[in-house]
Amino acid sequence: MRLPVTAQSDEITHPKRLGYSYRRHLGERFIETLLFLMAFVSVAITIAIVAMLVKESFVFFEHVPLWEFLTDTQWTPLFDDAHYGILPLISGTLVSSAVALLVAIPLGTITAIYLSEFAPFAAREVAKPFLELLGGVPTVVYGYFALLFVTPLLQKIFPELPGFSLLSAGLVMGIMIIPYVSSMAEDSMRAVPMHLREGSYAMGATRFQTALRVVMPGAFSGIAAAYILGISRAVGETMVVAIAAGMQPNLTWNPMEPAATITAYIVQVSLGDLPHGSIGYQTIFAAGLTLLLLTLTFNIIGHVLRKRYREVY
Amino acid sequence: MVDNPAFAPMDEDSAPDISTVRYKSEVRNLSFYYGAFSALKNISMMLHEKQVTALIGPSGCGKSTFLRCFNRMHDLYPGNRYVGEIILHPDNVNILSRSVDPIEVRMRISMVFQKPNPFPKSIYENVAYGLRVRGVRQRAILDEKVEEALRGAALWDEVKDRLNQLAYNLSGGQQQRLCIARALATDPEILLFDEPTSALDPIATASIEELITDLKDKVTILIVTHNMQQAARVSDYTAYMYLGELIEFDVTDTIFIKPKNKQTEDYITGRFG
Repeated sequence: MRLPVTAQSDEITHPKRLGYSYRRHLGERFIETLLFLMAFVSVAITIAIVAMLVKESFVFFEHVPLWEFLTDTQWTPLFDDAHYGILPLISGTLVSSAVALLVAIPLGTITAIYLSEFAPFAAREVAKPFLELLGGVPTVVYGYFALLFVTPLLQKIFPELPGFSLLSAGLVMGIMIIPYVSSMAEDSMRAVPMHLREGSYAMGATRFQTALRVVMPGAFSGIAAAYILGISRAVGETMVVAIAAGMQPNLTWNPMEPAATITAYIVQVSLGDLPHGSIGYQTIFAAGLTLLLLTLTFNIIGHVLRKRYREVY
Repeated sequence: MVDNPAFAPMDEDSAPDISTVRYKSEVRNLSFYYGAFSALKNISMMLHEKQVTALIGPSGCGKSTFLRCFNRMHDLYPGNRYVGEIILHPDNVNILSRSVDPIEVRMRISMVFQKPNPFPKSIYENVAYGLRVRGVRQRAILDEKVEEALRGAALWDEVKDRLNQLAYNLSGGQQQRLCIARALATDPEILLFDEPTSALDPIATASIEELITDLKDKVTILIVTHNMQQAARVSDYTAYMYLGELIEFDVTDTIFIKPKNKQTEDYITGRFG
């Protein structure tokens, strides 16, 4: 039975005349514009940062030729005998990141496999908050952990290890990155549908074979994205390396030595008392641009990998 | 309910030649529990060797649950419990026993799922999967087995030139035949089909049904189907299940032409279900 309907509500649900409602569409337009502006803010900020870096770097490259910047093996912009070679900073960045990734990628992946494929429900419920906590520790705490705990520990094994080293900073950075890698890798592994796992078990595979041969390939793009995120974190990490790796630029591929990374150098200069506009001050923009290009490269590689191996179940 | 329908004598004219038919498996008083819920109630029946046995019944009657007991799929999830026995011949071993490793059961009893579920690998590696998890590495053996399995699943001619392509590039029907090839590659003794055509179009369905009929020369088949015509077309024996109980089990022709049980008749004729 139909309830009695008032004339007014009937008109709303059944408009008498079909036409174009300007009022409704104006409201819709307004909302649309508002949402667009909100989304545009982050894009605009990114563009502004890049523009600022490029503009300030131009000032730097007017004084220092690009060729010298890329090939000189010394980075001593603050000395009387100034050299502007970015290589020592790049080597410091790459070595500390490589050490970090050697820790974070295997441990992060193994943790993800355990949590996604093996851990009973209760174990996962306990382990996940702890992992998240690991990711929530301030990086400055990690820095002092490296300097005051890990370095002395390593010195017991390698007596010749100096007080500041890329090894110690890299190891701690790796521990710091584990939760990022493991939680993202685990999410993508858990997203692999159950019917694929059942298919593997039904063929007589063990849990480990299933995890390694079916779940991991199925989650490949997510795992690759987790690794790329880890790399970006390692390359961009500042506090740990600034505290524990020393701040002397040093062209070396040996993790047992102290060295400065790009980020550590930028911190050093921004905290110092160099006059604005001096060539020494401009160096941080060139270094920042280099860092941006480095992480951008990794992000592009990650994007390509993700697109190429997108999951199609 | 008929007393122990599995042991009931068959009609002389419609029964396959009994003297040559042997039992591949005997189900004895099988019950199954999801936690406290009793999904299967005291089922007893036979699987005749190198014959196709179909399980029919309305949704939720437990036919898939029953099928998944045969390869111990329920072991993957906590809280499941089997009571009773499934005896596998010629070993004469209860495959539900705690002392039997479910992985060894699955090595001998393969399964094809409702939705095609190829692995994220090449066509070749999908078929070789079962052999690889058994530790087979020699390329020559793998090549031979993969080709044999793909021929057995009537897929070889369509894919022989693109064995290294990703399996997801195949159509739905081809993917399902790939899954059958994957199951065949390890020479299983029993092949379980869980509504293998419910996600496929009529043409792909016809080719799968034809394949099932061909396969019974080599392997004992147990198939769950929603589709009664399909059961009538492909099976030699049919079991009708309802609410976790086995209502009637007999030669397919008997079930479809003159079922002994009123409930079965109502379901077959479409008055119920």
